[in-house]
Formats: sequence, C-alpha cells, structure tokens
Amino acid sequence: MTKSILLVGVGGQGTILASKILTNGLMEAGYDVKMSEIHGMSQRGGSVSSQVRYGDEVMSPVIEKGKADIVVSFEKMEALRALDYLKEDGTLVVNNEEIPSMSVITGDETYPDDVMEEIEKHVKAKVVDATRLARELGNEKAANIILLGTIIKAMGLEDIDWDSILEANIKPQFVELNKKALKVGMEAVA
Amino acid sequence: MKKLMTGDEAIARGAYEAGVTYASAYPGTPSTEILENISTYKEIYAEWAPNEKVAMESAIGASVAGLRSMVSMKHVGMNVAADPMFTWAYMGVNGGNVIVTADEPGMFSSQNEQDNRNYAKASKIAMLEPSDSQECIDMVKAAYDLGEEFDTPFIIRLTTRICHSKTIVELKERKDIPAKEWEKNPAKYVCLPAMARNMRVKLEDRMARLAAYSETSPFNRAEMGDTKIGVIASGVCYYYAKEVFGDNASYLKLGFTNPLPAGLIKDFCSKVDRVYILEENDPYIENFVKQIGCECIGKELFPAYGEMTPDVIRACVSGKANSTIAFDKSKLINRAPTFCAGCPHRGVFYRLGKRKDIMISGDIGCYTLAAGKPYSAMDSTVCMGASISLGHGAQKAFNAQGVNRRVVTVLGDSTFFHTGINSLINTVYNNSNTVNIILDNRITGMTGHQENPGTGYTVKGEETTLIKIEDLVRAIGVKHIYVIDPNNLQEVDDTLDKCLALDEPSVIITRWPCVLKQFSKEDKTEFNNLFATKNKVEEDKCIGCKLCLKAGCPAMSYDKEMKKVRINRAQCVGCDVCTQVCPKDAIVKED
Repeated sequence: MTKSILLVGVGGQGTILASKILTNGLMEAGYDVKMSEIHGMSQRGGSVSSQVRYGDEVMSPVIEKGKADIVVSFEKMEALRALDYLKEDGTLVVNNEEIPSMSVITGDETYPDDVMEEIEKHVKAKVVDATRLARELGNEKAANIILLGTIIKAMGLEDIDWDSILEANIKPQFVELNKKALKVGMEAVA
Repeated sequence: MKKLMTGDEAIARGAYEAGVTYASAYPGTPSTEILENISTYKEIYAEWAPNEKVAMESAIGASVAGLRSMVSMKHVGMNVAADPMFTWAYMGVNGGNVIVTADEPGMFSSQNEQDNRNYAKASKIAMLEPSDSQECIDMVKAAYDLGEEFDTPFIIRLTTRICHSKTIVELKERKDIPAKEWEKNPAKYVCLPAMARNMRVKLEDRMARLAAYSETSPFNRAEMGDTKIGVIASGVCYYYAKEVFGDNASYLKLGFTNPLPAGLIKDFCSKVDRVYILEENDPYIENFVKQIGCECIGKELFPAYGEMTPDVIRACVSGKANSTIAFDKSKLINRAPTFCAGCPHRGVFYRLGKRKDIMISGDIGCYTLAAGKPYSAMDSTVCMGASISLGHGAQKAFNAQGVNRRVVTVLGDSTFFHTGINSLINTVYNNSNTVNIILDNRITGMTGHQENPGTGYTVKGEETTLIKIEDLVRAIGVKHIYVIDPNNLQEVDDTLDKCLALDEPSVIITRWPCVLKQFSKEDKTEFNNLFATKNKVEEDKCIGCKLCLKAGCPAMSYDKEMKKVRINRAQCVGCDVCTQVCPKDAIVKED
C-alpha cells in the first residue's frame, strides 16, 4: 500500500532538506520511493511543497487531492491551503508559525486571526511550536527537522536508523543538533 | 549502487555513463540542473552558452568533430535553437548527439505550454520520452548508441514532473567512447541546396528505418491485464494511469515516440474494448492513432492543457472529482513570489511604477515579478530578449500616432546576452528613441545563479574574459550610457529624467549584485559594504504611515498594536531603499 506525505511551507523554511532526509531514510529501509517538488520560486517567498510517496511499488510521484495520509505544514496559512490534499481521516501537523505574504505586508490583504479555528472546524490538527522548540535547542533553523520527527512518529517509521541518515545528509557540525531535534519532534506528537 | 535522483540529475548521469564528453546549455527551468550536474563530472567538458541556438550549434560542432555531445534547454529554448536543429536533422551525426527539451505542462515557471514533441515530428528527429529517472539514464544511453547506428540526433522530451521528481536509480560504470574521426565530407556537412536535396531523400529513408525499429524498441511495450480498458500513455502519464487503473486495465507504454510504432498500436487496440490516450498537452499520440484508423478516446474527454495528474484522470473518467475536506476558501491569502529583501530590482521598479505616460516593455527573469503589486511596473512580456525589440516597435507606433508616450524597456544581464544584443542593434540602426534598462545583477538570477558572459567565470568556476555590458552597448553605437546604483532612488529618478528627455536611444545599466549570489572576489572589491549592514526603524519617529511598505520588501511588516513598522533583522541586508522612501527619516542604518 502506497503512503503519501505532503510537506508544505514557505520558501526558505527547509522543506526540501526535510524531504531529502525522509526519502533517503525510506529508500535505505527498502521502500520504493518517489518525491516531487515544485521549487522554481522557492527562494522568493512563494508557497512550496514536497510530495513524498513510498510503498512496495509507487506509481505516481504526485499526490492526488484528498489522498495525503499526512500533511505537515511549516506555516499556518499553508496548512489551510493544503487541506484540499488531506484524506478525510488523515493526520495534520501544523507548525504554529505565521509568515505574512507580500499582499499582507502591503496591506492589500489581511492575515486572518482565525486560521487555526477554521482548520480545526474540519480536522483535529496536531499543533507543534517547532520554531520555539528549535530555538530552545539553540538554532531556529532546526525547526524543519523537528517537523520531520513528527512525520516519523505519526507514520510509525521509528525503526529506521535516522541517526545515520542524518549523518550522511547534514554537515558534521549540525548533526548532533539535528539528532536532538528529530527526537523533540517525535515526542511532540507522541 | 542505488540512489534517489531527479530526472535532471539522471539525464546528467546518463550522459556520464554513455561516455559523453561535451555538453552545452542555456539555463531555463526545469532544465537548468541537467548542465549543472553534468559540470560536476570531470570527464565531460561543459559550458553555459549565451542562448540555446549557440548551445545547439556548439553541440553540433562537437558531434561533427567526433564527440558524443548533449544540449539541454527548457521548452521555449527550443524555439531559439530550432533554426540549426531542423538542418542538423538532415546532416546526421558523427559522434552521437542528444537534444534534451524540458516541457512545462501546467506552466510553473514559463510563459507558455508548448508541446515540443511537435518539434521532433516537424524536424524528423527521433524522440524518446522517459517516465522516471531510471528511464532518463537508460534512454540517454540508448539514444547515443541508436543515434550513431541510424545517423540521427535524438530528442529526449522531459516534463517538469520528470525533471523535478526523484525516483530510485541504479548507478553503473561509465563507458569511455573513443572520438570518431572527422573527415572532410561536404555531402554530409554542407547544406547547400544541391547537397541538401540528397540529404532530404536520405532523411525519409532514415525515418522509415526508425519506424521499423520503433516497433521493436524495448521502450515501447504492451502490458496486458484486464482488456475492457486499454491505456496508451507516454512520459509521467504512464505512471499516472497506473495509479488510477492499476490492474483493471491494459497498457501500451510508449517511450520511443518519434516515429511512433503503428503496428504495435494497431495490435494493442485490437485486443482491448476501449482505448484511452493519456498524454499531457497536445493530442500528439492521439492524432497518430486516429490517423492509422484506430478508435480511441483522447482530448474529447481529457484536458489539452495543464497536468494530467491522477485526480484529473479520475475526474474525467468517473465524472466526479475526488472528495476533499471542505473549508472556507475566503480565509486563504495569496502567497505569490516576491523580490527578496535586498533585491537590486526593487529600487528601479518602485520608481518606474510611479511614472506616468510610459509603457514598460519587460522580459523574462525575476524582474517579471514587477508586473504584480505593489509595483505594477510591467506592461508586456513575451520571450527572452523581446523587451528591447518589442519596445522599439511600440515606440515607433506611438511616435507615428503622435501619442506622447515613451517606452522604457527592461531586461536582465543574462537576458541581454541571450537575445537582447540583436534587438539593441535594431533600436540603434533604426533611429529609435527608447530608454533601455539593463538590470545587471552580476548573475543569471531566476534560474538559481548561473554564471554568464558578464560574470567572468565559466560553469566550472574557471576564470574567463568578462564581457562588460557598457563596452558592448557603446560598440553597438549607443551614445547615452549610464551605469547607476539601483539602490539610490535619486540616481534612478535623475537618470530616467535625463534619458526620457532624449530623442535618441539610451541605455541605463543598473549595477548591483543579486542578494542571493555567492559573491566573487571582484564583487567584493567593486561593491562597497556589500549587504553587510542592517536598517532599523526609530520608533519615536515612525508615524505608521506605511508608505515604506509600498516598496514591497518582505523584511518589513506592520505592527498593528504598536502602529509602527518593523524590520525583520534576520532578513534585512541594509539596501537602504526603505530609508529613502520614509517621509519622516525614521528608518536609519544600525550603528
């Protein structure tokens, strides 16, 4: 059975690295894996998404609307936008972070106060303060690996040797930090 | 060894394993990473060319001289390269030659959605269409062997989902291929009419032999299952179809798609009750299937535009869309890409957008984002290099009508080298009076920072001659040339005033590096205090007028409770544009 994981966020939040580590771990564990991302505008503040699918034999690299087993959003508004992709009984993890878009900065639109309320009308979301938790670990940039930890826990992938996957994909000076971040993420949704 | 690779990485790997020794390209999403990855193999000579035509011609030259060569481009790049490509088809190869086109169903980063399979058919060049990264490797290798056997270049047609999806591949050893000998052979390499007429005859013969081969190609295969539905599909659509129909259908997977295998298709159609053709964009396969007399269902059911993802197929076949969680869509805010904090285009477009009585003729690059809010500073965009020439035509038309409207053209440094130079020659030669702005951010920005003829470095990071834009423009005959700092708004305004007062063509070069660029030692010498400072808001002076926010900097935001503007220190790089916009001098440099 193929599983579908959707990671969404805003350019610069580290979704691409998180999905790279995730897919490498899944491949090492013996799964067939496909991953698709649209990143042409990733450094310019646009919405970004990485679609990861794994199983015995994966066909489409793209997740259909209404079919993601889990959506992990690095930002609140992007969680709402991605609801179209979540299965009706799927898992939603939301990083409690609000990033204004240019239309909000220039005053053309207002970032609604009740994004989480709107989401929770429809889905029971697991809200994680990944940015704050990362700051407590000493580096805000580790928020992406904390969120990766939530995926690993939610999808029951704890048996994969993530420490060695992190060692192979992250600069040595950041490995220890990210090992801790992964555990923090797994505990956050336990 | 197993590895997860994108299609682009796999094309490069295929080139490496196939013994390719020469590669040329011009960057363009989603094809850029092909040459970037090729350039990491020391066995392959790689270069950025100023445009796709030049890249194609240099790859042709390498093939003629005996090497296996590759040229890669995005779909619209093939329009630029089409002139040599159509005649190259007549000549045939010496060393194998592969032409990679990356099409964009869905137009994620492109101005149109053209289907370049039509080019293969029109130019009579053999074509392969991979469905995943492993096929990218396998097809590149096959294309060189078959191309040398049949004396033809090959087109490999990718789409965004192939280029940017990762799937598992098996890495193999490189096969070193000795260079073929070059022989003087005008009957093959000189396309004079007398020679070309003979080549034209041979071309038809080659296509007939390739059509026979296509019937036996391992890339074209039937997978028989339930025969109530038969799906004919190529590229990523094959996997989309399998996602939807699984074992409840039979499949004819087509990978060798020019020429198409008529016999295989007829045989497959005779064995199934109903045939669906699943292909993105044009009815390329469908028209052929119908032409050979087989009944099928194609574009009357499935869309001719956008991506043919599994949910799209499902909705077409079942008549109803996947059920999704309903939510209040009015709560969504738009999150379009924007100029980065410190982007050197900001100052230019902030000021340009305020001018009346001008038309802004734009081009292809990050700066095309200026068409949107808050700048609304772009009135046309067509293709690479068109800003200057389209602007020239529009200016002549306004002048002829006696309309008092001046045309300002804008394009980037790499786009100017690509196809802007000829356009500027036209402007000077034909006595135009446009104002032409070259946004020289010292790199090819939009596609992710590739070197170009103006940066002084090659794709491999080697130092080379730096072509100075102002010298080039002067040589073309422009008399009024200004090189300015785009972060200095007064300088932007004054220079625009001067140029708009002229009745002759002028060029303004706005020179400041892209904030995301890895700065060269020359950049660090030329540009003082390069992004090394921060700006801050002095709260007692800020009156909360929000004027600074109209400059569109993502580092700035409005604090509703305090009624003050804030600057995100992590994002600010001290470009000072906001300090010049603030009417109360409330934004200053940090100490």
